Amino acid sequence: MNIDKIMAGVEQRHMKESLPEFRVGDTVDVHVRIKEGERERVQVFTGTVIGKKHGGIRQTFTVRRIVAGEGVERVFPFHSPFVEKVEVKRQGKVRRAKLYYLRDRVGKATKVKERRDQSTKPAGRPRKRRGPAKAAAAATTKAATPTTA
Amino acid sequence: MTPTLIGKKLKMTQIYDDAGQVVPVTIVLAGPCQVVQVKTVENDGYQAAQIGFDDAKVKRTTKPEQGHFKKWSCPTPKRVVREVALDEGETPEPGSQLDVSVFEEITYVDVIGTSKGRGFQGTIKRHNASTGPKSHGSKSYRLVGSIGMHTWPARVLKGRKLPGQMGNKRTTARNLKIVKIEKDHNLLYIKGAVPGPTNGYVVVRRAKTKS
Repeated sequence: MNIDKIMAGVEQRHMKESLPEFRVGDTVDVHVRIKEGERERVQVFTGTVIGKKHGGIRQTFTVRRIVAGEGVERVFPFHSPFVEKVEVKRQGKVRRAKLYYLRDRVGKATKVKERRDQSTKPAGRPRKRRGPAKAAAAATTKAATPTTA
Repeated sequence: MTPTLIGKKLKMTQIYDDAGQVVPVTIVLAGPCQVVQVKTVENDGYQAAQIGFDDAKVKRTTKPEQGHFKKWSCPTPKRVVREVALDEGETPEPGSQLDVSVFEEITYVDVIGTSKGRGFQGTIKRHNASTGPKSHGSKSYRLVGSIGMHTWPARVLKGRKLPGQMGNKRTTARNLKIVKIEKDHNLLYIKGAVPGPTNGYVVVRRAKTKS
């Protein structure tokens, strides 16, 4: 059997079933499980996602925030059991895959523009159709009805 | 019989253990192996079982090979065969199958393979010798240097580390931990690296010095 297939299966079986959905530029809350001796608690790290790296089980993402005037970056593996969940607080509008330019910026310049496009918002809220789009939608439903009936 | 399987080294990857830590693992496709031949004291002077792994194309085997497998009622010729020593009085059934479940109770294994060949290498790479100075008129950057004394002993002592073939040699990696066994897929997850290239044949056996 093909090695790459076996290896893909091996990684598949050890990856998380569902990954948090977010994009580079988003501001996120990362919930990290932290072990303190016997006790375990969840810490939240809030910041901007400045990049995703690698793939498969090794995939990671980097979150940057400013703490007391000092830039702090943490790299989280997507599939680590310590990363409990990632909440998207604010979507960013960016034009590159790695936002390393933020490292050279201070103050207001570190802000990422907000993305306002509804269609890619994860939660519900269907996009309002206007004018020609409506006609197109009607046409597709019409075409689809005979086959379903 | 020491729990032993012949396998194929696949690739390395990483998985998370119960504590959430990353563990580097080598995936080995181990077995199923077949007992091909049982050697006895009366017949062969010593006790051993020959186990085989990976079906060979009949077309690519020689007649003597085919005869050997046929004699021991092994349905297909195997590409690799290895011997495993048997304990006194132990007689495994020829043709019986061995799979990764032989390692179920075992924590540590030795992995024997043929290391990747590096060709003819100098002492720097082959024996971790240090280099000479790069500059200040140095003419001995990667040279071997002195290989011995003077009029006495007037010869080079045996075992002197010199350039030569590096790698492509039987190598044993000892006391590697088994992280996981996947019986459905005949896979062993072995912590750390094992000798040899991807697709190289390896022998996995219970660790001799650690349990």
